[in-house]
Amino acid sequence: MNVTASVFFAMIVAVTLGITYWASKRNKSTSDHYVAGKGITGWQNGLAITGDFVSVGGFLGITGAIALQGFNGFYLSYGIPIAFLLVLLVVAEPMRNLGKYTVGDVITSRFGTGSVRAIAAVNTLLISIVYMISQFVGAGALIQLLLGINYNVAVIVIGILASVYILVGGMLATTWIQIFKAVLLLSGTFLLLLLVLYRFDFNPVAVFDETAATLGDSAVVPNDYGGFLANLDVLSITIAVALGPVGLPHVLMRFLTVPDARTARSSVAIASVFMGLFFMLLPILGYGAAIYVGQGEVAAANPAGNLAAPQLSEALGGELLLAFIAAVSFATLLAVMAGIVIAASGAFAHDLYTNVWRSGQATDREQFMAARIAAGAICVIGLVLALGAQGFNLAFLATIAFTMAASANLPAILLTIYWRRFNLTGALSGMVAGLVSSVGLVLISPNLLGESAIFPFTNPALISIPIGFLASYLGTILSREDREGHTPYEEIYVRSNVGSEEA
Amino acid sequence: MQESQYSRIAKTEAFKELIRRKRAFLIPAVVFVLLFFIMLPVLSIFTDVLDGKVIGAISWAYLYAFAQFFLAWVVTFVYWRRANRWDELAREARKEAPEGEENSA
Repeated sequence: MNVTASVFFAMIVAVTLGITYWASKRNKSTSDHYVAGKGITGWQNGLAITGDFVSVGGFLGITGAIALQGFNGFYLSYGIPIAFLLVLLVVAEPMRNLGKYTVGDVITSRFGTGSVRAIAAVNTLLISIVYMISQFVGAGALIQLLLGINYNVAVIVIGILASVYILVGGMLATTWIQIFKAVLLLSGTFLLLLLVLYRFDFNPVAVFDETAATLGDSAVVPNDYGGFLANLDVLSITIAVALGPVGLPHVLMRFLTVPDARTARSSVAIASVFMGLFFMLLPILGYGAAIYVGQGEVAAANPAGNLAAPQLSEALGGELLLAFIAAVSFATLLAVMAGIVIAASGAFAHDLYTNVWRSGQATDREQFMAARIAAGAICVIGLVLALGAQGFNLAFLATIAFTMAASANLPAILLTIYWRRFNLTGALSGMVAGLVSSVGLVLISPNLLGESAIFPFTNPALISIPIGFLASYLGTILSREDREGHTPYEEIYVRSNVGSEEA
Repeated sequence: MQESQYSRIAKTEAFKELIRRKRAFLIPAVVFVLLFFIMLPVLSIFTDVLDGKVIGAISWAYLYAFAQFFLAWVVTFVYWRRANRWDELAREARKEAPEGEENSA
């Protein structure tokens, strides 16, 4: 196992470093670093969005959840097609038309002050760091289990690799590593799927029949999650999954890497096809694992079922397939990490350093330097936090990032684009209230306080998203309209719909 | 000046038509999609109505969940096709707008 897996892992590292070296020759300016010079095509961006999203939390986490809990484990999956439909219908094109490098650019394009940009940047940084920790924790655990390398060593190696991709190759390398990984992960999933279906004469319904026959009907129908509060908690998570991506900085940033709104649109459509297929077919893998590996074995290897997919590949394809699937999972972690770090470095270097601290006076060379330093620093911060977060549940951390994005970013982005009356006070109060409520409620939730929790839900989306919107609304109507320094809504309205002249 | 260029675009017939068409599609689409989505967790978590098995052992809950994926694909495709035609209106709006003293294109 160790030898084959090590060879595959080494190949993944070699290919990604090769891509980075190739990209480094084209990574010459600030615009190249953040948005690959806006030269990414629809297909490339579609696959890269897919890559950003089919993370290890999805592949390993959801497969495992379905293996152990049946339909009840599918709830992390079915919101995703709707999430990306909403991304397409409401934010992708306006984002492309209004933004330059970051989410902060969009809100600032209307309100044009340092305070709104600073808060947007802080939100992006915090959301990205929480998401990044979840990836680090997953990566460390995976490598520890498959290669027998110590968790801390694994986390440090991954941190160094992700930093190298970004420092040297910028957004172009990140995008191509995402594409490489998306193709690998989709092929790996498809291969596993075929191997499961082969045993059922390619009849997917038979997989469900066999599951119901061996594990009972409860595996294929929805069940109670354990009382009214637990049920509300799950509802809260499904809402976070459906709305979170619409405000996730590293997803929104992908729309800035394409030349125009039309390409942004095509790229979401392409991503939606691949991502939909991927998330829709996970029950087949989950049930395959429950049947061929056994629920007991899956739960024994990892209580959350995180190793169900690798275990299934070993059961069906032996050591070679296991090593391949493990290496694919590793590539996934590296790529997702790079995507998040680049979004976070944009918030830090472009928003905080260049536009707030230097009031937009930094030269391109200084900005480029700042972006690279920020990327390295953010990797280190995520790495240090991940070393302390080993005990946290993978899926929990990722859904918290979704909730923060939906509570703190989403109201401000939507209202900036669509609400004529929205004003600076509304934007500031909405972003602050959304962030404080989502983070604050997690801090007093059972995840951190256990039995003595003050707030009963593990995921606060049900409460913090309405708070974000309500605070934006109240801040707007209760404050006196102060038009100074603002771009007229008419300009935002026209630009978000037809694009800007200079683009 | 940039600013007045935007007001000029906003006043063109093509722009008004673009907004009219976008709204007529987007508002009902978003409302429908959100309602269609939220009914799945609500019904599957809090009621038994989706517990029945329909095709073999595939339950209503699974069928409804798969329907979310198909709905997303259909709406994506329809939107994509329409929006690609709307691009023409956006171009027209920019062309129709009388040139200001300076066009920064």
